[in-house]
Amino acid sequence: MAFWLSRSRSITNLLEKRIGLFKILHERSKGSLLHSRISGEFISKNPHEFSTKSAAAFLATGQRFNSIKTGEQQVELASSDEDDDENQALDFPGGRVAFTSQMNFISESSGKRVPCYRVLDDDGYPITDTIYEQVSKEVAVRMYSGMVTLQIMDTIFYETQRQGRISFYLTSNGEEAINIASAAALSPDDVVLPQYREPGVLLWRGFTLQEFANQCFGNNADYGKGRQMPIHYGSQKHNYLTVSSPIATQLPQAAGVAYSLKMDKKDACAVTYMGDGGTSEGDFHAALNVAAVMEVPVIFICRNNGWAISTPVTEQFRSDGVVVKGQAYGIRSIRVDGNDALAVYSSIRMARQMAINEQRPILVEALTYRVGHHSTSDDSTKYRAVNEIEHWRAARNPVARFRKWAQSNGWWSDEDESELRSNIRKQLLQAIQLADKTEKPLLANLFSDVYEDHPPNLQEQEKSLRETIKKHPQDYPSDVPL
Amino acid sequence: MAQSLVRKIGRLGLISAKERNSASLYVTKIRSATTTTTTTTTTTGEESKSINLFTAINQALHIALDTDPRAYVFGEDVSFGGVFRCTTGLADRFGKSRVFNTPLCEQGIVGFGIGLAAMGNRAIAEIQFADYIFPAFDQIVNEAAKFRYRSGNQFNCGGLTIRSPYGAVGHGGHYHSQSPEAFFCHVPGIKVVIPRSPQQAKGLLLSCIRDPNPVVFFEPKWLYRLAVEEVPENDYMLPLSEAEVIREGTDITLVGWGAQLSIMEQACTEAEKDGISCELIDLKTLIPWDKETVVVSVRKTGRLLVSHEAPITGGFGAEISASIVERCFLRLEAPVARVCGLDTPFPLVFEPFYMPTKNKILDAIKSTVNY
Ligand SMILES: Cc1ncc(C[n+]2csc(CCOP(=O)(O)OP(=O)(O)O)c2C)c(N)n1
Ligand SMILES: [Mg+2]
Repeated sequence: MAFWLSRSRSITNLLEKRIGLFKILHERSKGSLLHSRISGEFISKNPHEFSTKSAAAFLATGQRFNSIKTGEQQVELASSDEDDDENQALDFPGGRVAFTSQMNFISESSGKRVPCYRVLDDDGYPITDTIYEQVSKEVAVRMYSGMVTLQIMDTIFYETQRQGRISFYLTSNGEEAINIASAAALSPDDVVLPQYREPGVLLWRGFTLQEFANQCFGNNADYGKGRQMPIHYGSQKHNYLTVSSPIATQLPQAAGVAYSLKMDKKDACAVTYMGDGGTSEGDFHAALNVAAVMEVPVIFICRNNGWAISTPVTEQFRSDGVVVKGQAYGIRSIRVDGNDALAVYSSIRMARQMAINEQRPILVEALTYRVGHHSTSDDSTKYRAVNEIEHWRAARNPVARFRKWAQSNGWWSDEDESELRSNIRKQLLQAIQLADKTEKPLLANLFSDVYEDHPPNLQEQEKSLRETIKKHPQDYPSDVPL
Repeated sequence: MAQSLVRKIGRLGLISAKERNSASLYVTKIRSATTTTTTTTTTTGEESKSINLFTAINQALHIALDTDPRAYVFGEDVSFGGVFRCTTGLADRFGKSRVFNTPLCEQGIVGFGIGLAAMGNRAIAEIQFADYIFPAFDQIVNEAAKFRYRSGNQFNCGGLTIRSPYGAVGHGGHYHSQSPEAFFCHVPGIKVVIPRSPQQAKGLLLSCIRDPNPVVFFEPKWLYRLAVEEVPENDYMLPLSEAEVIREGTDITLVGWGAQLSIMEQACTEAEKDGISCELIDLKTLIPWDKETVVVSVRKTGRLLVSHEAPITGGFGAEISASIVERCFLRLEAPVARVCGLDTPFPLVFEPFYMPTKNKILDAIKSTVNY
């Protein structure tokens, strides 16, 4: 798993330029992952296998927090450069702060927007000088197939909702690359806490079309037992916590999950997703701060898709997006082109490595666009220009871009495309048919799981409900078995 | 579908001449931190139109902004009209500085509203769903509710009104269906108001906005489109903390609020066929509530049934039951009946089982009368 340079150059220079962490990583001795990777020591197809080795190496040498210490030393050096006189600095409980005679307000912005890391240009060609993780043909084809599957799922489930067969749906149109490429960069042991527009992560982990359909239909095979609205997927075996509608609540929870992984010395991190809107909630800020202070391995992935229902990002925040918020909390952050699967993949791979090996949170802002309506309850043409949507659907399509790249590598053909599409379509229609035919969950599921046990009030209410049903069967849906 | 239809018919059945009259000739005096206004409104002889509930809310908001240059409307997605269309046209008419989107942050919305109100403005905040009001719970419970008391009445945020859609809608699952009113009824210092119909919604919302206390106003979202009623086009207000007997009867008193009233009304109609005469009361304001109207009714009927969608345990029905037992113990001929939501989270597929249906109410009416 070597870093891939599209044009040869001094590796050191490039790394220094592209990854602000080089110094820190470089100063580490043997355990330096970057070194190992560049020299090709750890070559593996499986991210899980890869990090098992690297983390083990760290734990063995007790160097988990090395880079943090190094970082602190650098800060101290910097301040003593400026102020030689000991008295010129404030001995503040949070660390020494230098005095200055300049009344300088820190600017509200750095003037220049944080650039966006990308690997592929709009035509699917790697950009000169870019650094990225090489993706094998096998992984690339799987990634592409995942993105196409997600697209087809969205089209067909959306239609299914329109026909009134399911009560609700929400697409990931335009965000297929973030969904699939971030998932591909993780290990299956990494615990995912989703917002709701990330079903591709679950798809990548092996949740079947049938399992998706079962949830949307709320039948007795739905792990959520028909209790939640469609798209509220969750799967214990896939380390994917159940979607909850309230925005941003998953974010501080992810820090807690990560703390557990840290305490258990697991070779895994927590990964949590949010929208641009989600970053306005108090929970987002609480999460970043607690994660930084607790030094936990969590990756915060923000899908900045330009809109939160009808609210454009310009009315969501006045900062340079989300990426800049990390630094204020002491969190390392990167902005990536969310419609470039290779950029997402590479940045999440690197984020994961730093999160686990250095036990620290990382913030990734992926710029993208919500091509679909917010959900089946929304008509986005009421508040945004149709040509804006069209531009992103066509010119900035992440799936098409990745396909061009795969095709230019000779890994994908038009025949593969039509075969894949018709296969998935068929499978999905079958899955939907079966999900529709499958019985609804037993009525007892209304009362179970409220608590781990069955308290008397619920027993009493269940008994009374069953009597009512006997008396008034016409009031109750006939498809819910009693 | 069938159920929606039943709801609609029930809703229309609620609209009686009596109800319309109650809207008329209501005079009120309003005092805010900076201004003293006297508004006299008369609805008799005014134009009225048949409109749905979200349009009635929209009319009230237009009037509120039009009649008070210090009124503001804000919340998530309100600029384009709101996800339920309640704020349609407001930004165009009154401008972006008075009607605006906020970032996605409920605690921010309410905290901002408190500050705005404390400066003598009418802050009309929207929380997109009652299910999402909880991030703002601290601001409402510890701040809005105690702003006046803790300062010895030096400061108040009486100009704050928080509007939020609540309740079942047929397919909302856990987080688009809840009825969290009881949490707020446990908080001295705020008012909680829930309308049952378009005409009520308009008059009550205007009263809430102009009331000198912070108010949480829950709107029955199932009725936004379904409930259609003649609503006077002019500026009128309906009194807070005044319950209304919307159906007179002699055998049992039923108390409810919001969307549940139409279900209760249907049960009353059916009970009548069995010779049971039901009195139905719309509480409208949950705190501070009009105990007297309920007491007078129960003294007459000797029986009480309370019904709400929220889980039965710790619901506001419990407070009403306890109060009536205190006041009418010797007059009661049967235990107070409660027909409410179950003690479970609000379920998707099982919604019809969870709900306090007409037949559950009817059964409870009969068993209470035959106790
Ligand atoms: C606490 C809370 N407030 C409001 C909502 C209603 N709501 C659902 S999605 C959404 C917008 C979210 O936007 P963003 O985070 O950008 O995610 P996107 O939908 O763009 O993926 C809102 C306001 C909610 N679900 N939870
Ligand atoms: Mg968004």
